[in-house]
Order: sequence, then structure tokens, then C-alpha cells
Amino acid sequence: MDALTTLHSRTVVLATRDIDTDQIIPARFLTTTTREGLGDALFHDLRYDQDGAQRAGFPLNDPATRDCEILVAGNNFGCGSSREHAPWALLDYGFRAVISTEFADIFRSNSLKNGLLPIIVDVDTHDWLIANPGIELHIDVRESRLALPDGRVIEYPIDAFARYCLTQGIDQLGYLQQQSEAITAFEENRSWKP
Amino acid sequence: MSEAKTLFEKVWAEHVVVPETAATPAVLYIDLHLIHEVTTPQAFALLRERDLPVRRPDLTLATMDHSTPTTPVSSFRDLAVVGEGAANQIRQMEQNCRDFGIDLYGFGSEQRGIVHVIGPELGASQPGKTIVCGDSHTSTHGAFGALAFGIGTTEVGHVLATQCLLQRKPRSLAVNLTGQLPEGVSAKDVILAIIGEIGVDGGTGHVIEYRGEAIRSLDMESRMTICNMSIEAGARAGLIGPDDTTIEYLAGRPRVPQGDDWDAAVKRWKGLCSDEDADFDRSVSIDAAKLQPMVTFGTNPGMVVGVNDPVPDADDASFRKALEYMKVTPGKPMSENPVDVVFIGSCTNGRLSDLQDAARILEGRKVADGVRMLVVPGSQQIKKRAEELGLHRVFAEAGAEWRESGCSMCLGMNGDTVASGQLSVSTSNRNFEGRQGIGARTVLASPATAAASAVMGRVADPRTLN
Repeated sequence: MDALTTLHSRTVVLATRDIDTDQIIPARFLTTTTREGLGDALFHDLRYDQDGAQRAGFPLNDPATRDCEILVAGNNFGCGSSREHAPWALLDYGFRAVISTEFADIFRSNSLKNGLLPIIVDVDTHDWLIANPGIELHIDVRESRLALPDGRVIEYPIDAFARYCLTQGIDQLGYLQQQSEAITAFEENRSWKP
Repeated sequence: MSEAKTLFEKVWAEHVVVPETAATPAVLYIDLHLIHEVTTPQAFALLRERDLPVRRPDLTLATMDHSTPTTPVSSFRDLAVVGEGAANQIRQMEQNCRDFGIDLYGFGSEQRGIVHVIGPELGASQPGKTIVCGDSHTSTHGAFGALAFGIGTTEVGHVLATQCLLQRKPRSLAVNLTGQLPEGVSAKDVILAIIGEIGVDGGTGHVIEYRGEAIRSLDMESRMTICNMSIEAGARAGLIGPDDTTIEYLAGRPRVPQGDDWDAAVKRWKGLCSDEDADFDRSVSIDAAKLQPMVTFGTNPGMVVGVNDPVPDADDASFRKALEYMKVTPGKPMSENPVDVVFIGSCTNGRLSDLQDAARILEGRKVADGVRMLVVPGSQQIKKRAEELGLHRVFAEAGAEWRESGCSMCLGMNGDTVASGQLSVSTSNRNFEGRQGIGARTVLASPATAAASAVMGRVADPRTLN
């Protein structure tokens, strides 16, 4: 996982609420056995019609949004399936952060484990971001702060451990492996065995 | 601070290996890890890369369900029906289980089936266990009073390697179902009504405990249907306190404790229910007596309405977009919509009692002209039992297709899909855009409502056919 300490990018906006992981990457793309190359499948059926032509008006089809690394999305982004292919596809496409008023639990957990930063903001800030697509944002991951172009600085909530892993670019398996003695002791001492 | 604990708190506390701090999440021990072919290949690849074994293959249970064909498979050549990607995934699953010493209920196994159907069927899903799977519908196993939740592939790797997960403790939400369910109203109607009430994000960050008189009177298969869709309300998990119904269901199943161990387990299970004065972070009450058969009208499971009630309207872009996709009109009931496809199956409603509910409606009747009906049992065991009861003949005589077990048309990964623009009445769990096929329009319903809709050729109230 690549470390993420700061991020400076314009935004692209998908204002729809409850964008589920089937929208982020449809199930027919899940027959892969690797993590790579899923960017092409990102939002596939929203981006392309059934003949494979780009749908006019879908924000990601505007060439001016191609280098945006920050996605602003409607409330409850990433609901539905536990497929980690959703953050893999977002990352492969080029996103490093998603901003919403709420994220589904599994999506948020999956994102943080892959270096994709889910940022929760209040409704007023969210409304403003939705109304102003393409603005430049500066994110300081170490300080959990989001700077808007008008000078406002917003602190966003993030689990301390997840932030540590994100800014150091380390995965959590190493930490779990260090608990090996405690795990063995737990297995030996518990009052019943599964 | 009261000493009284909820069921969730009891199960959580029993599995904490290292407590959480401000800086670090808890290390939580996992008693049962269910795995399937779609969300594991990258996790096994990580183990190979780091030269790690699976810590507890004995606590890992594997099957293949998502990308598998529902036509009979007698050799790998038959896998061509699901495409090269899916066939490759299936072959890798067999290889990974062989290499890492995990028991696989694969092709040819009489116990193969949807992962959330076979866990309970084998008696592996038990009260008080922590159960995870790379699949959001793992909440199903909460019906036994287990803490069961879906995880991503990275976490699948964590559990394979360490049998543990790093977790922050979720909050608790009590959903009280008071009164008794009216005749003709099923568990599926209950959970759709609950999701309609609290919303698709109403449970985010929470573990739901379903409580109350109406829950107590439900059998285990109905309880599984309810817990299964907890994730559709955004909840981390959904559980029900174990009681005599739970214990009777488990008795005699292959993976339950034997002899004295069984007696000890039963004693332990009986102490797991939430203490009477235990506190929940939130609670919601629903009057079961007022419920009716429910159907969805939009593109998420919270957009739900009584089968005969008018579709609501809202001045909201996301809401209008959903109605436009579904081609439904506000103010009119869903029962006016003609049906193209009916799907009976999935981890939500693919168990024996679900097939029986559908067969009761179909017996002596025909699927309407122009409607395709697919019946997919949740496991090979259910298929066998249904055939012993002659249900397959009822389905065939009515004009429905009878298949091998699998996830099938719930998510259309295996070639069982709904064509673009077609309306499908489905007993599955998600009516998301394109879930059952590109452009497919899905109406979620109970098995009885789905079967009645097949007969009537439009979305229909099953109570009119009894």
C-alpha cells in the first residue's frame, strides 16, 4: 500500500445517494483473481451504454475530470456487497479519496486497507462540494484536515490506527502477526473450543 | 453503568484477544471462517507471497456458489457455461483449498451450496460464535445468536493467516417486533418493512438485535431470512437470541458438539440472550400485526411498499432517478406492473420452507404465458429434500425451471441473468440497478409473492390465491 500523507486535487461529483458497490463495479467483473486493472470496470454501466459507447453527461466521461483524484459522492456511498473490488477499481482508476456524508461500514473498512481515504463531512460542507464540482481541495491526511479554496479548514473523523497505517503505507497484517503469542494464549485458555 | 449485557456484548467480550485502545482496534478471534471462490483468490495470493500457512484450516469452511453454473456439472468441460473467468476462479478455489489443507464442499459434494445456507445446514453456525465471510450476507448466521458479519478480501487474508480481525466495537440497535404476524405475511415481508422503516443506512455502524414476540414465534429459516438482510439496512450484523427453536434446529447436525459437549454447549447457549435490563444504544419498535406482503418499487431495498399500496413520490433527484429506472409510476400500486421473470432462490429465500411456500401457490396452477420462472435451491441438500417431497414436479408442471444450487440470478455472475428492461420479481436481497443483469428491473418480494406474480403475470398479492 502506498503511503498517503497529503493530497491536492480537483474534485469530480456524483451527487446520487446510496451508490452501491454493484454500481461501483458490477458483479460480472468479479471473476478476476487479481486486484489489478479494474479501473476500466469502474462505474461501468453508468459510464457506458450497452453498445459500449460513453454516456453523455456522466461526470467521469468529461475529459476535464480525468486527472481528479477526489470523488465527492452522495450520502451512504458504497452500500451493499462487501466486494473489495470497489475500492480496487476506484484506486486503479486514479482516485485516492472519496468525500461523502456517510459511508457503508464494509466499504469504508476496505478502502482504508487499500490506501483510499473515505472522508466524512457535515451536510453543509457536502452540499457546497456538490454544488461546486471541479474545485481544488487540499487534504492533509496526517492532521485529518481538508482545506477548501475559500480558506475554510475542516477536520474530519478517522480512526487513529487507520490513519497511522495510511500515512505510513503499512498494512495491518503485520500488526496482527505481532499478536501471535496473545492469539495462541487465547486459543489455549478459552473455556470452550469452536 | 449497569452490569446487564446484550447478546452482542456477551459474544464480543468472549472473543477479545487484545482489548481496543484509542490508538488501536481490538483483536477479535474468529470461530468460523466461511470462504467462497469470488472473494478469496487475492487473499490466498497474499499468503503465498509471504509464505504464510492458514492458521486454522479446521475453523475454515469452503464452498463454491457465486460463479457456479446451476445446470448440472459432471466435468470441468461443463464449466464453459459460466465463461473462462469464472471457470478459472473455480479451478483456483480447488487448488487453494488443496494447497492450504481446507475442506472444500465442491462439485460432486452433496453438501455444496450457498455458503450462508450450508453453514447452518451443517450445524457449523452456532450460538455465541464469531463468524465471518467475504460476503455481506454473512449476517444470516446471526439468526443463531452468533456475531456474524461480512468482510473484505484483505480481511479474509487476515483471518486465514491469524484467525483474528482488527475491529472497533460497533453500537447496538434493538428492533422490537411486537404482536403477531398476520396469516400470509412472511419473514421477508418483515425485513423489507424494517428496512423501509429505518432506511438503507439506518443500521450503519450498528449491530441489530431482533427481538419481540413475533421474532420468538418464527422458525429458524424465517429468522435467517430476517438476519440475512440486516446488511441492506447498513447494519454490521443482525442477531437473534438463541432459544429452544435454535437448539432443536441444531440437534443432530454433523458439525455440532457431541455427547457431553452438546449438553455443555446447550447450557452455555441458553445463557447468551440479552439480559432483561441490558441497554441498547438505539431502539425501534414495529407492530407485526399491521404488516402486509411487501415489495420494492425502487433501486434499493429501503424503497418498499405494501403490494397493494400506491408507490410513493418524493421531490428528490435520487428518488426520481430510481423510479425512472424502474419505469414505475408514483400513485399506482406495484400490482399493475407486468412481470417477465420470477426468481426463487438465494441466501435470503432459497431454503426448503421458501420452496414450499412457492410450491403451495403453484400447485395446480401455471406460470403465466411469457413469464420465465427459475427455481434455484440454496444447497444440494435442499434440492435433494425438495425432490423427496415432490416439489420439483410441482415447479416443472407449472412451467418453472428447476436447477442445481447456487447464488444464480441474485447477482447474475454465472450467466443466469435478467435481460435489459425486463421486470423480475425476485426473492433475493438486492434490487440495485443492473444487479440481476444490465438494465434489469428487480422487485424484491417473498417466495409466496414471487410465485403469485408468476401465476398472475403481474406483481401480485399471494393472499388472493390461497
